[in-house]
Amino acid sequence: MAKEKQTAAVIRQECIATDIYSMWIETSIADVSHPGQFISVYPKDRSKLLPRPISICETAPGRLRIVYRIAGSGTAEFAGYKSGDPIEILGPLGNGFPLDGQDALLIGGGIGIPPMLSLAKALPGKKTVVAGYKSELFLTEDFAGHADLWIATEDGSSGTKGTVLNAIRENHLTGSVIYACGPMPMLKAVKEYAIEQGIPAWISLEERMACGVGACLGCVVKTTGKDEHSNVNNARICKDGPVFDAKEVDLT
Amino acid sequence: MNTQVCIAGIPFKNPVMTASGTFGSGMEYEEFVDLNRLGAVVTKGVSNVPWPGNPTPRVAETYGGMLNAIGLQNPGIDLFIKRDLAFLKKYDTRVIVNVCGKSVEEYLEVVEKLSDQDVDLLEINVSCPNVKEGAIAFGQDVKALSAITKAVKEKAKQPVIMKLSPNVTDIKELAKAAEASGADAVSLINTITGMKIDIRKRCFALANKTGGLSGPAIKPVAVRMVYEAAHAVKIPVIGMGGIATAEDAIEFIMAGATAVAVGAMNFHDPYTTIKVIEGIEAFMREEKITDLESIRGCVN
Repeated sequence: MAKEKQTAAVIRQECIATDIYSMWIETSIADVSHPGQFISVYPKDRSKLLPRPISICETAPGRLRIVYRIAGSGTAEFAGYKSGDPIEILGPLGNGFPLDGQDALLIGGGIGIPPMLSLAKALPGKKTVVAGYKSELFLTEDFAGHADLWIATEDGSSGTKGTVLNAIRENHLTGSVIYACGPMPMLKAVKEYAIEQGIPAWISLEERMACGVGACLGCVVKTTGKDEHSNVNNARICKDGPVFDAKEVDLT
Repeated sequence: MNTQVCIAGIPFKNPVMTASGTFGSGMEYEEFVDLNRLGAVVTKGVSNVPWPGNPTPRVAETYGGMLNAIGLQNPGIDLFIKRDLAFLKKYDTRVIVNVCGKSVEEYLEVVEKLSDQDVDLLEINVSCPNVKEGAIAFGQDVKALSAITKAVKEKAKQPVIMKLSPNVTDIKELAKAAEASGADAVSLINTITGMKIDIRKRCFALANKTGGLSGPAIKPVAVRMVYEAAHAVKIPVIGMGGIATAEDAIEFIMAGATAVAVGAMNFHDPYTTIKVIEGIEAFMREEKITDLESIRGCVN
């Protein structure tokens, strides 16, 4: 199935932490999506032109789950949707994570944790998840049975005090491949760590987007080599990403 | 029912085009839209060499619209011909290539490279507000616009559309200057220069500080300017600016536009162009209009 924009239905929604919402959506997009891909969600408020890109947290036949944070009035609108409400979505978008990793180290920071769930469920072999929070935890129980979970909190209220990197070093966590999604400072630190350890790393990036399908060139990231599509050192996060080989993107 | 329109002697199956920069070269939209149904695909601006564009963030949402400061990132004319034009050949639609440059020479280099290509018309971008040199500098001054129009017309093998900026005092003067210098048509409006400030971070929403405003928020400005331009010149006017529906497109046509283009709304709904085409046909049936030409400029 090609990408399509459709009006899907909300199955159920709950608030799982302060400003963090989990929504299950009934949609055929679920059956053709891949871990690390995202959907565009369109506010019904027509003063808002652009879709909100939201990562897919997990899927089941005919349904998918998004876990997102209220970041403005668009996502606040989504948070008000109830069971049975229509929701305008487009997807699946982006490339997703390669699934060839054995003994994988999955690193998620904040609202970058949700896509790690579908990845943990899809990857073969041993999986270690390191989740970094400010303080309040979410999704921790969902990883049970799919991966070993290690937690870092900025205030030290759970797990290691500090960042995901603190948790990795303190607990001597390792793997043969790293997958990461989270805020830019975390991704920079993960890239440095991966290079230092000589481990390949796949990182998922975000940027302000408009079209979500690769046409507008709004959401580019600098690449270390010349990108084939742009013919300059810019790749499209929505289309060529959001997942990149950490060595191929310039995060400075 | 006749929805065909004619620009510079070239017939278009319908008046609905894509606005440059909002549709790539069609590749990213072919899975949503049958490109054969479009009046024309107007490509993203292309320059003589690859351009990297501006730093991010490049886009920001505003009330009923958006700001962009992409900075005309493009792969350069050589790859564009090899890849994008080769792709568009598969489709039975008109191809209009948007040309940008930092100097007259750079525009002419692109125009020359397109001379033996399967391209129906050229749209000369003298109105992008997001690059420091060239572009809008040619579109805000009557003398500069006249000079570049003449220079392009001398070299071009295809008919030439000059894409005009709304960031001017009197659009009529610019439209007249383009016509007097040989332009075959004018298209307008490009985006309106704007700014957004992130009050929490106390910084500009765009890395470029300013950007071009597009989307439904700008439509009344665009309709007014298309009306003024259409009444100032005899050459065809291609109208655009915030078109979201067939009703919007018909407003532009009644204001005097020969054809129209869908821009930022492609980002909101990738099927917008097709909905506009079907909506125009439905409107013609309802209003018993047999030829679209009969309502063009009907508001006077």
